[in-house]
Amino acid sequence: MDIIVCVKHVPDTTEAEVVITEDGKSIKTEDMPFVINEWDEYAVEEAILIKERLGGTVTAVTVGPEEADATLRRCLAKGADRAIRISDEALEGSDGYAIAKALHSLIKDMQFDLILTGAQASDDGYGVVGVALAEMLGIPHAALVKKIELKDGSAVVHRELEGGLEEVLEVKLPALFTIQTGINEPRYVSIMGIRRARAKELKVLGLAELGLGAGDVGVEGSWLRIQRLYTPPPKKQATILQGSPSDVAAQLAEILKSRGLV
Amino acid sequence: MGDIFVLAEHRMGEIRDVTFEMLSKGWELAEEAGGTLTAVLLGHGVDGFAKKLSDYAQRVLVVEDPLLENFNAELYQMVLSHLMREYKPSLTMIGHTGFGVDLAPALAVELGVPLATDCIDLCFRDGSLVVVRQMYGGKVNAEAVLRPSESYIVTVRPASFEAREAGAAGGEIVRVDSPLKGEVDYKRFVRYVEPPKGEVDITAADIIVSIGRGIKDEKNIPIVEELAKALGGVLACSRPIVDKGWLPKDRQVGSSGKTVRPKVYIAVGISGAFQHVVGMKDSELVIAINKDPKAPIFSFADYGIVDDLFKVVPELTKKIQELKAS
Repeated sequence: MDIIVCVKHVPDTTEAEVVITEDGKSIKTEDMPFVINEWDEYAVEEAILIKERLGGTVTAVTVGPEEADATLRRCLAKGADRAIRISDEALEGSDGYAIAKALHSLIKDMQFDLILTGAQASDDGYGVVGVALAEMLGIPHAALVKKIELKDGSAVVHRELEGGLEEVLEVKLPALFTIQTGINEPRYVSIMGIRRARAKELKVLGLAELGLGAGDVGVEGSWLRIQRLYTPPPKKQATILQGSPSDVAAQLAEILKSRGLV
Repeated sequence: MGDIFVLAEHRMGEIRDVTFEMLSKGWELAEEAGGTLTAVLLGHGVDGFAKKLSDYAQRVLVVEDPLLENFNAELYQMVLSHLMREYKPSLTMIGHTGFGVDLAPALAVELGVPLATDCIDLCFRDGSLVVVRQMYGGKVNAEAVLRPSESYIVTVRPASFEAREAGAAGGEIVRVDSPLKGEVDYKRFVRYVEPPKGEVDITAADIIVSIGRGIKDEKNIPIVEELAKALGGVLACSRPIVDKGWLPKDRQVGSSGKTVRPKVYIAVGISGAFQHVVGMKDSELVIAINKDPKAPIFSFADYGIVDDLFKVVPELTKKIQELKAS
């Protein structure tokens, strides 16, 4: 089973305060740690679990600047066999559609049985790349996959729908699945493991080598152009309780009591 | 401005709420721009749905086919691309749901039509489609313009628009022959799997204390569990806690978990991404404890505490226990 897994290097904003830049078009990321996109971490783990069970290869692919090598090295340390980064200044400002085109230009000439991507990225949240890529490649897909059982030449997958309902599908391979979080337990990788993985192949390709022009990607080649970012207006104005932990706890306990909840 | 298509989403005999929310927004856009609103219904044995949708749209396009009984993105895509080529709508709205995300990107690529996903608002401005969508887990809103085109597709986040009351739109029901030639051999619907019934029904609880990523480690859970116990409530959580296997799925609040409306919902270390908020925003009283003052959860809360949960929660538990003892 030869598997390609597409990953993205993203700023970790889960617990950080997000500050919008002066031009209103992006966020300040200088002080932010970058990580592998959470959904992709599950996709990589799933690819490696399949390889460990059935043999074959795992190739990790990303689109991004040199810093994104950190995410590829992490994939290699987890057990991917090789990594490829598509890199070009013209890619700046690409949306999910333009990224899918860049990935397609690479993957259309590769051998594979299965492509896994995260169901979405934590930064832009488009949720477009995987399903668009499958359409470009002319292979079947399933989005939001929470379980994969491989059979001879096909896969039975569970897609996650609303309210915890799952939809079970049988899909012929080669196919592309976008992976939902919680499908497995991503393994831990040590710094040492990442260092050792330096011996593995990490190839960098530019757009010209993939037969794409600058107009195919970036803002020009995208469906969407971001005009401005802003902080969402609050739906409610919460009353923020002030004071030491003990003070705020006392105030809150009184509020609950006054409503008959204690 | 021509047609606005709204794809009706239905599952297991019910039209889903997002359909009526999109029809409501679609109606508004069509009125502004002088277009017509068309509900697009694909399915099998859906006469009742067609009649219902005709109260909300000027036209209902119905494609009946046993192959469309259950959702299969490949078959839906074939039918929709056929209808879109034929009727050339200016805008097609699809729910940003488990159904829409499986369908819309492939449909857009096939037709060469620009797509914006997970939109919370949209309008036409100077002939271009402008959308609002969220980034960074709901911490930022982005206004974006789509590449100029004769036709656009958007997926719309559920609960972004209020569904109007049923009007008497008196929509014309138009039946279109199914373009499908038969089952596809590369993708087959097998069945639905209902979520397992858990031991605790959080939807029945009056008091819910809910934990998120901020809890950091499984071994910290008892700190918050103590508070839930002191209040006589139940412990619930956001998605990452279930993904990590720290609490069972039946404790999850949010779009892929349960929707709850307790008397009080205390969100502890939960940032408040949309997927969570949609499951608890109708609680009578919402209290949020989070150390990030800009966490989206505060804009859905009545009271907030911006501090370290590990300092505040034990104090609160103590205060509640004292009040109960006095």
